[in-house]
Amino acid sequence: MLEIKNLHARIAEDGTEIIRGLNLTVKAGEIAAIMGPNGSGKSTLSYILSGREDYEVTEGDILYNGESILELDPAERASKGIFLAFQYPVEIPGVATMQFLKVAMNEQRKARGEAELTTPDFIRRVKEAADKLKIDQAMLRRPLNVGFSGGEKKRAEILQMALLEPQLCVLDETDSGLDIDALKIVADGVNALKSPDRAVVVITHYQRLLDYIVPDSVHVLYKGQIIRSGDKSLALELEENGYADIIGEAA
Amino acid sequence: MNMQTTSRLTAAETALVEAFAAQIGEFPGDGAVIGTRDRLLDDLKKAGLPTRRIESWHYTDLKSLLRQVPDVAPVAAVDPIAALVDGSKIFPVLQGFADPKASADGVEVTVFKNKLTDGSAAAELTALGHDDAIGRINGSFVRDGFAISVPANTELEQALELQALHAGGQIHTRFPVSFGAASKATIIERHLAVTDGAALVSSISDIRLDEGAEVTWIIVQQQGAADTHLGQIRVKLGARAKLRLFVVNAGGKLVRQELRIDVEGEGAELTLRGVNLLGGESHTDVTLMLGHNVPHTNSTEIIRNVVFDRANGVFQGMIRVAPDAQKTDAKMACNTLLLSDDGGFSVKPELEIFADDVICGHGATVADIDSNHLFYLMARGVPENKARAMLVNAFVAEIVEELEDEKLVEALEGIISSWLERHA
Repeated sequence: MLEIKNLHARIAEDGTEIIRGLNLTVKAGEIAAIMGPNGSGKSTLSYILSGREDYEVTEGDILYNGESILELDPAERASKGIFLAFQYPVEIPGVATMQFLKVAMNEQRKARGEAELTTPDFIRRVKEAADKLKIDQAMLRRPLNVGFSGGEKKRAEILQMALLEPQLCVLDETDSGLDIDALKIVADGVNALKSPDRAVVVITHYQRLLDYIVPDSVHVLYKGQIIRSGDKSLALELEENGYADIIGEAA
Repeated sequence: MNMQTTSRLTAAETALVEAFAAQIGEFPGDGAVIGTRDRLLDDLKKAGLPTRRIESWHYTDLKSLLRQVPDVAPVAAVDPIAALVDGSKIFPVLQGFADPKASADGVEVTVFKNKLTDGSAAAELTALGHDDAIGRINGSFVRDGFAISVPANTELEQALELQALHAGGQIHTRFPVSFGAASKATIIERHLAVTDGAALVSSISDIRLDEGAEVTWIIVQQQGAADTHLGQIRVKLGARAKLRLFVVNAGGKLVRQELRIDVEGEGAELTLRGVNLLGGESHTDVTLMLGHNVPHTNSTEIIRNVVFDRANGVFQGMIRVAPDAQKTDAKMACNTLLLSDDGGFSVKPELEIFADDVICGHGATVADIDSNHLFYLMARGVPENKARAMLVNAFVAEIVEELEDEKLVEALEGIISSWLERHA
C-alpha cells in the first residue's frame, strides 16, 4: 500500500536535509511502527507523507497504492485515504468542531464522487464514534480543539480518523502527553479500525504505545534513514538497550 | 479673487459647490436651517475637503481620494428589500427619501424632512470641530431620514431596520434616535446599493441613550464598488446605559465611518465591534473618537479586518479619559488578516489619559492565515480555497457570535460568507 523509495527531503526554507535515502514498504493490513531518537526525522516523515509544503522532496518517490503522491496537495492525499493523526493538533477558534467534521467528511466524499451525507446521518455517525471514544457531546460543541486537554485532543484525532475511514493511517507520537487510561482509549480506537485493507504507521519514541497497538513490523529511523527493521521484538530490544547499540552498529 | 478661490477647488469640491447651488430653493428647511446649511457649505468651501495634513484624516486624504462626485439627479425608483432579520420593522429611506408612512408600535417616528421644515433640526446640523467634513457635507445637503424616539421603559421585541437604499447619485440622510430611560431596543442601520451607479452617500446617526437604556445598534454597509460612503455616528451614553455597537463594512469604494462617542453617565458601558471586509481597490477608514468623560465607565473595542486585493484599510482608535473619569476601564484591539501583498492596513491607537486610576490598554496584530491551521484543515481533505475561506470566516465569526441573538448572528454571518465567496 505504501512504498517509500530512496526518499530524500529537506526543509524548504533553509535547505536542511532531514530525510536521507529512506526506504520503507508497508502492506495493506499491516501495522508498522517507526521508532527513533529525537531528531531522527520521524515527524518530518509524517508531514511529508501528508504533503506539508514546508518540506521538499529532492530525490526518490512515495508510492501509495502504486501511484506517486508527490504532486498531490494535502487535501488530495486525504481524499485518497491518507490520514495523519497530529502530534500537536492545532486549536482553531471560530471553526465549530461539528461544522469542521461535516465539511471534512463531505469534501472527501465529493472528491471521491460520493453523495454528501444527510444531516441526520452525519450526526448519527459522529455520535456513535464519539461514544466509543468516550468523547462527550459538550466537547463537540466547542470550537475545533479549543480548550481541549492533551488527551481530549488525541481522542478527537482518533474520532476524525474513525469518521473519515482512511486506508493509510499515520499516527505521529499519538502517545505523547497521554496518561495510561487515555492511552488505552486511543489504542482501542486504533485497534478497532484494524482491517485487511487498511495500513497503520505508528510513529513513536517509546515502546509503551506498542503494548497496546501491537505492530507487525518495527523500523528504526536514524538520521533520515531506516537503519534496522524487524518484528515486534525489536521494539522490546530498544526498550531494553536504548538506541545506542543499533546506532553504533549502523555507524 | 473669486477666480483664485475657484481654481483651488478640486473637481469634487467644485461639484459639491455646484450641486448645492443647483438645489437652493429645493432643500427643505426654515430660515434657521437654511442659514445653517449656507454656513456649513461656506466652511466646506473655505477649508476644502480634508487632506492628510489634518491629523484625523492623515490616512484618508479625502481631497485626493474623492475624485468625482456624481450628479444629484434622483434616478430610478427603488423598492424596499426584505429585512436583514426576519420580523424586523422596516423604515425605508429610498434614494435618500424616507417613507412617511413607516411606523412601529411603541415608538414615536417623524421623517427628518419635517424637522428640517419646521426648523427643529437646525441645532443638530453642526460640525463637531474644524476636521468634521462629514458634519459639514451632511449638514449642508441633508434632505431626509427618520427621527425616532423610544419612550422610557419600552422594550421593543422586534428590531427596527433603517433601510437606506440607493441607485446612485447623491444621498444625504440623518437619523436622530433617542432611547428613553430603561428602554431596550435593537436597531439595524443598513446602507445598500441596489445598482452599480456611483453614489456619494453621507449619513449621520445621532444616538442618545438615557439612564439604564440597553441598545444594540448594528451598522451594515454594503455600498457598491463605485460608491463613496461617509458615515458618522454621534453617541451620548447616559448613566448605566449599555450600548453594543456593531459595524460591518462589506462594500464601497471610499468609506469613512466615524464613531464619535461620549460616555457621559456613570456605570455606562460601550461594546464596540467592527468587521471590515476589504477587497478590490477600496479604501475603508473606521475612526473612533471615544470620550470617557465621567468616573466608573467601561468600554471594549474589537475590530477585525480582512484585506484582499489592492484594498486599503484604516482604524484610528482615540480614547480620551477625562481628568476626573477615575476607574475607567477601556480595552481596544485591532486584528488584521492581510491576505494580499498589494493590500494594506494602518492602525493608529491613541490613548489620552488625564485620570490616574484607570485601566486602559490597546493591542494590534497583522497576520496572514496561519499555515498550521491551513495544513490541518487540508490534511483532513478540505480543499485549499475552501479551507482558506473557513479560516477567514472563523477570524471574523468569533466576534459576530458574541451577539447572542441567533437570527442576527445568522444574518451577519450570511453577509460575511457571501462577501467572502465573491472575493476569496
